[in-house]
Parts: sequence; C-alpha cells; structure tokens
Amino acid sequence: MNQRMSWFNVTSLTFGFAFLYLPILILIIYSFNDSRLVTVWGGFSTRWYGELFQNEGIMDAAWVTARVAFVSATIATILGTMAAIVLVRLGRFRGRTLFNGMIYAPLVMPEVITGLSLLLLFVAMGFARGFWTVVIAHITFSMCYVAVVVQSRLITFDESLEEAAQDLGCPPGRSFFAITLPVILPAVLAGWMLAFTLSLDDLVIASFATGPGATTLPIKIYSQIRLGVTPEINAVCTILIALVALGIITASLASKHRMMRARRTVG
Amino acid sequence: MAKTMGPVRRAFAPWDDPLAEPLIRFERISKRFGDFTAIDDVSLDIYEREFFALLGPSGCGKTTLMRMLAGFETPSEGRILLDGEDISAIPPHRRPVNMMFQSYALFPHMNVADNIAFGLKQDNLPKTDIAACVEEMLSLVKLEPFAKRKPDQLSGGQRQRVALARSLAKRPKVLLLDEPLGALDKKLREETQFELMDIQEKLGMTFLIVTHDQEEAMTVADRIAVMNEGTFEQIAPPSVIYEEPSSRYVAGFIGDINLLEGTLATSLDKAPTFASPDLPAPVTVEAEGLASGPVALAVRPEKLRIALDEPADDPAMAKVSGRVWDIAYMGDVSIFHVRLSDEVCEGQPKDDSVPIIRATIANTTRLVERPIAWDDKVWLSWDKSAGVVLTR
Repeated sequence: MNQRMSWFNVTSLTFGFAFLYLPILILIIYSFNDSRLVTVWGGFSTRWYGELFQNEGIMDAAWVTARVAFVSATIATILGTMAAIVLVRLGRFRGRTLFNGMIYAPLVMPEVITGLSLLLLFVAMGFARGFWTVVIAHITFSMCYVAVVVQSRLITFDESLEEAAQDLGCPPGRSFFAITLPVILPAVLAGWMLAFTLSLDDLVIASFATGPGATTLPIKIYSQIRLGVTPEINAVCTILIALVALGIITASLASKHRMMRARRTVG
Repeated sequence: MAKTMGPVRRAFAPWDDPLAEPLIRFERISKRFGDFTAIDDVSLDIYEREFFALLGPSGCGKTTLMRMLAGFETPSEGRILLDGEDISAIPPHRRPVNMMFQSYALFPHMNVADNIAFGLKQDNLPKTDIAACVEEMLSLVKLEPFAKRKPDQLSGGQRQRVALARSLAKRPKVLLLDEPLGALDKKLREETQFELMDIQEKLGMTFLIVTHDQEEAMTVADRIAVMNEGTFEQIAPPSVIYEEPSSRYVAGFIGDINLLEGTLATSLDKAPTFASPDLPAPVTVEAEGLASGPVALAVRPEKLRIALDEPADDPAMAKVSGRVWDIAYMGDVSIFHVRLSDEVCEGQPKDDSVPIIRATIANTTRLVERPIAWDDKVWLSWDKSAGVVLTR
C-alpha cells in the first residue's frame, strides 16, 4: 500500500489538480492585478477590492443573493427534513414510491426545464416576479438535496433512541425535538449548507424566476461579463472562493474534532 | 448472593399462592403481523418483586411480548393488565413501566448525568430532587466519576450501567430488560448478572428480562417462561425447568441432555419400563400417572455414573453398556461420549445409527492417567428418578 508514487501517478495527479485549480488560481492572481485589462499584468494592487465595495450594483446583487440563499436554504431544510422523515419512518404507504421518485426528480431534471416550468407557473398564477419567486424556485430544487442528505442520516438513526425517550415519559412530538433532531442535526446543517451554496451560485433557474429588483450575484456577474470581464468580477469571485473554502475547512475541522473525541474512549 | 440460598427467598413463590394478585397479567394475548402469528394466545401472570425471564430463540416472540408491555406494540387480541388495570389504550410515555433497550439507546448528545435525568425531567420534578436522584443512581451503578462523560467516551460495560440507571431512575413498577447483557463479554456478563440480582433485591422492583441465553435466565430469574414459536412451552422456576422439563423442546433448550426416543410400558404390578431400539435392554423409569405409549427419556449428562465393571442389579438404578467413543478433558469435568454398542469404535463411521450418550464426570481427584480410555467397554448407570419421561 505504502508504495512510492510512480511517475505516472505523479503526472496524472499534477494534471488533474492543475485542470481543477489552475483557472481558479489565475482568477485569484488577476484579482490583484493593477491593470484594467484582465489579461495584462500591471503589478500587485488591491484597488479592485476597494472599487468593488463602491460598486452599488454588485453590492446590491450580493445582498439579494445572501438573503435569497438564507431564506430558501432555511425553508428547504425544514421541508426537506420533513420529507426525509416521512420517507424513512412511515414505512410503506400508498404512493410512497411516487413520492420518493418525485423527491429525487429535481436532482436529475435539467435546470432549464425546472426554470422554465417555474416561470410558466408564476406567469399563470399572476405572481409578480421578484425576491420571493426566486426564493420559491430555489426551495423547489434545493429541498431534494436536503431530503437526500437527511434521509441517509435517518436510515442509520437508531429508532430505539426515540422509543427510549417515550418510554421515559416524553410524548412523541417532544421526543423528536429533544432526541432525534439534536442527533441528526449535523446532517440537517450539512443539508442547509448545501442548499445555501446551491442557491448562492445558481444562475439558470434564478434568471427564469427573477424580476425587477431581485438581481442575484450570478445574474449580475453574467450580465457584466457580456460587456467584458472587469477585474472587479475577479475580486468578487475571489471573495466567494474564500468564503466557500472557509466554510469547508471549518466543517472538516469540526468533524475531525468530533472523531478525535469519539476515539478518546476510556476503558 | 444467590437468591435461592436465603430463607426469605426460598419462601418467595407467589405463583403458588392462589390468593396472590399478579402485578402484570397477560390475558390471552395474540399478535399477528400480516399472515405471520408472532404470539399465539398466551396468558401469563407476573407477581410483584419477581425477577421473571422470557427465554427463547430469536424470533420466538419474546421481544414482541415485552414491547407490548412497554406500549410499542399493540396486541391483536387479548388484554394486558397492570395492577388490575387494562393498559392497552395507554401510550408508552404514560405507562409506569421502563425499559432497558438491547442497544442501550443512550442519548449520544447528552452526558451520563443528563441521560439519567431525562426521565425525571419529563415529570417536571424540582431540580434538587432530580439532582439527588441522579446522584443516587450514579452511586448504585458505581459511575460517579463518569457523570460528565458522553456515551461515546464510555466502555461497553459502563454504557450498560448508564442504560440501567436511566431506566431505574423513575422507579417504574416494572423494569423491562431486553437482552441487557448481550453486548458484554462472558466474564463481565457473569458479574453483571449478580449485580442485576442485587439491584433488583435492593430496590424491591419487578424485573422482566428477555434473553436467549439460558444460563443467564437460570442465574437471574425467579421464574422462567420458555417460549417457542409464539407460545409458552413451560413456565417454572429454573430448577424445575432444568430437572423436570415438560417437553423435548425445553429439555433440549436448557442445558445439555441425552434424549432417547422409545416407548413407555406401564403395568399395575411392575415398575414402568422404557424400551428403545437404541437401548440393548429396557430400563426402569419413574413415570407416575403416565400411560403406555411413545415417549422420550431424557437424562442429564451429569446425572450419569460411568464404570468399567457392570454395577450390581438395583431396582432404583438403570444401566446400559457401551464403548467409549470420545473423551473430552475440560479440567473441572471430563465428558465421555459412549456409543451404545458392544462393537469396537475404531473404524466405525460417525453417524446417527447407533446413539451416543454423553456423560459428564467431575474430576474429583488429580489423576494424570485416566482409568477409562478410548474403546473401553463401560457401564453407564443412573438413578431412575434422574431420567425424565417426556410425552411432548
């Protein structure tokens, strides 16, 4: 197992990582470019970060995106968790297979179709398109991701835990919040994070569902690069990458810490 | 420590008292899952302060019966009375019954003290009372130094104690134990059995244990119900289950036994005899009140004596001869496998055509050389009261 790496492994690893991370690396480097031209290096500077925070259009879009992501992730987490509980706990009920299939459908549905059908729905129902239509659209497609994540955790959840709570005098409803929810909380939070990031970087569905005053950051970036990539965009993206990286590192450190504590069992 | 030793315990037999009111009464309970009948019309009385064991192989319905008492299953037919009151309609969280789960079901996000306090908090007791009770439970199971530990920082034995303390904290009328020691290694399991008995005696509570381990049931229980395919085979104290099994199933399930199939012949003027194609000659048996017919004769291996010379004829003894097939030296005892045939064993196929009887002989002296060796012709004899005639 502990062989030295052959030249083949080294090469494929290098190419693989380069393929994945070189574009991001270039983007980060050029976000510190002093020149207005994206492809010409004009010396190190942080001026674009300064200008970015002056750019009201981008800042508004960022604020809208954060709000949409927060609200939609929260509601999707609640609904997705409920769906997961029904699927795992209720056993076989009429229409379970159909319900199960419908939960997973948005995972494989092309985004264009989801977006278009939502747009048709909103138009047909006479919804004014804006913040809430984007939120609803994002709930629709991120809920199933939450359901999948929570469902996989619930399957391994020892149901006798909830029975024990009831046995000790805790009514069924309360025992869910006292026992089950705290135990599956990591999965629920992971589902929330997933829904949040999905909402954060969604362009296709949001552009179908959006309306005046609800331009999200991906839509803003996309419309701006059609006019030419500005170094400001690089700066925005760098900040986004930093945020996401921070989130991932925190999450993995937290889970590592938990595993370390679990291993420190005293006999 | 063993409860049968004390004079008080010897007198404890409410099941023999026709006036005693049972604490728990299962009344003609049946449970069906679809086409499958898990429990088939069983009735059972359990008395206060009793340590009762439901014993049987997996899938015999013992756990289902226990879960009905906890309220997690509802009987398809029949009713369950607790203290004379029908509890069928009461949900689990309102029943004065607590259960120790096979998986322990400790709440992983709470420390030991919070786990134990959980049930007490549901009753909205004052904080000081809860703290006092938790302290008491921790000392009962000797876990005081671990109060602040989370379950995943405890060993298997410690977790088992936490689960026990948690289920005892509310002082239930009945404590249900679902395979409580199944996850422990042998030595720890034996220690814990005695601790369970001590705790039960100390708290004066009624314990109902579900187990597939016959030794465990024999050790801890006042009475055992042997279950098979949803019905009770026998309900009796351990010594009766062992010495007077009511059926071939019970005899085979509890301990080691030699079972010979044959026919019983009774007449008015002679002692009843048991004849079997497996035996060279009929042997006398005790079979009071039984009619002639096909039966099985069951003899425990430790009730047998082994000798090289034929014992003198004795009306109180039964005897049979054979050759030593195998000897297993276990240290404290030697187990002789005796083939009931005068043929030399060497070269004989190992099959069921000639029965082999096991005799367990205590190694009372320190013998380096055994007087009985392979292929010796030996005589097995037993007190005829040691042979149990089984009709079922």
